[in-house]
Amino acid sequence: MMGISHRSIRVWQRNRDVFFKLWKSEVPGFFAEPLLILLAMGLGLGAYISLDGSQSYIEFIAPGIVAAYAMFSASFECTYGSFIRMEYQKTYDAIITTPLSIEDVVAGEILWGTTRSLLTAFVVLVVIAAFGVVSSPWALLALPLAVLSGLMFASIALLYTSLAPSVYSFNYYYTLFITPMFFFSGVFFPLDGFPKIVQQLSWIAPLTPVANLTRAMISGELATGAWWGLAIIVGLTAVFFPLSVVIMRRRLLR
Amino acid sequence: MIKVRNAIKRFGAIEAVAGVDLDVADGECFGLLGPNGAGKTSLVRMIIGASPLTGGSIWVDGKDITMAAREIKSRLAVVPQEENLDPDLNVLENLTTFARYFDIPKADARRRALDLLELFELQGRQKAKVRELSGGMRRRLLIARSLINEPKLLILDEPTIGLDPQGKHLVWQRLLSMRQRGLTLLLCTQNMEEAGYLCDRLAIMNEGKIIDLGSPQELLGRHGGSQVLEARLRSDDRKSQVVLKLNQQGLEWQEVAGTFYMFEDGDQVLDDELRQEVAIVSQHVPTLEDVFLKLTGRSLRE
Repeated sequence: MMGISHRSIRVWQRNRDVFFKLWKSEVPGFFAEPLLILLAMGLGLGAYISLDGSQSYIEFIAPGIVAAYAMFSASFECTYGSFIRMEYQKTYDAIITTPLSIEDVVAGEILWGTTRSLLTAFVVLVVIAAFGVVSSPWALLALPLAVLSGLMFASIALLYTSLAPSVYSFNYYYTLFITPMFFFSGVFFPLDGFPKIVQQLSWIAPLTPVANLTRAMISGELATGAWWGLAIIVGLTAVFFPLSVVIMRRRLLR
Repeated sequence: MIKVRNAIKRFGAIEAVAGVDLDVADGECFGLLGPNGAGKTSLVRMIIGASPLTGGSIWVDGKDITMAAREIKSRLAVVPQEENLDPDLNVLENLTTFARYFDIPKADARRRALDLLELFELQGRQKAKVRELSGGMRRRLLIARSLINEPKLLILDEPTIGLDPQGKHLVWQRLLSMRQRGLTLLLCTQNMEEAGYLCDRLAIMNEGKIIDLGSPQELLGRHGGSQVLEARLRSDDRKSQVVLKLNQQGLEWQEVAGTFYMFEDGDQVLDDELRQEVAIVSQHVPTLEDVFLKLTGRSLRE
């Protein structure tokens, strides 16, 4: 990309500093929600559910929770977080009067969204390990995967932000894109139960390959993963990252 | 320091900047005046590289803004009209974080930040959150932040808007001392007192063009005449006769909502006959504001 330099790290540093200042208000979101879901769905609902094989329900959903909450983190950061910085705080306007370019700002924002994805994946991984559902050291591979998926979700989110006319526009992003993925990407139940056509369609949703691969890593049964899903993740990133740079440029350089 | 040649900026059918030529010398304080919508902000946004030119060229410090944006911006400072301090950071962090965008080393940044806080009388508020500051303090912090990279060129858009007289004079004193240290200033303002007090030269913009340019004294001499009379007609029925007479005498005048503004100069004075027709509301030595209103019209712009 034409205008991206090492200086994009300055935007990342700014966001990191602010995050660790406000760290206390972020903690509940970090732990509480994934924990509640694991308790309610995994232990509560799970008591009534039996899966094929020896796997318990909580073992099934735990990796999906890692993938989904990493997605939420990157998405919140690069929708509401970025929009507030861009539109209300005018932080981008201030930064682009310094040697940073708009491309640096976009890259820094996406890098920070990616970091949030990684941090969340790490924390949730620790939480599910406390439930005793992590059975293999391969589970650590879920962290680099959270970097890749974070890059993808942050890029998609920032593209939407660069097009969003108002902060209310994000309601659509969550009700029509993020929430459906949460339920239909194999986080809470296997996709096998769906008709063939729905199964194939669900692979369009970017969370599907991420949930699938995270599950293969955390269970330690790497061979069960659909590894070609990595190509989807990298491919979508390769499309959405440059697109968000171009559209953001158009929005801010008038 | 700044060289603008035939700069054009169009937004769809609207031509915000319609071919501007401008030269600002090193160390000069240059003022850009104009009513709302005259194209000042669009011109400034092009100079700082935040808005691509539709046509023409701009050089800052000898470098083409389209070729060397990063290099130019590293020695440039901008104080926007709309305050954009970082509300997530405290006062000191606002400066040190800004310094980091310029790759200024940490210890250096901290030293410069503390110096600037002292210069703008904010030293006691280092740890304060931005929203805890008064409007005046925020504006001073905004100017302090802009100076963190030791710029060669400082561009200010309405730097004293919303300030009390004390705050305004503090800012003016600091800007003058910056200028004495060799900083070039480009000032967009609608405050004529400010323009006259600070600027070596002024350009008056209207409808996307520079309509006149010169030192405050030159502009006053060219357009101000010796005295400005503000008057109302004694009888509206006599308007056409009065207008005819004014034009015959070669007196420059403007009429807004029944009030006549007349510029006396040399032989062109209101004779006794005309004085019978009008009731003079006020008369004064011309100011920059009179020149401004004369050149850009007195009717409301937007």
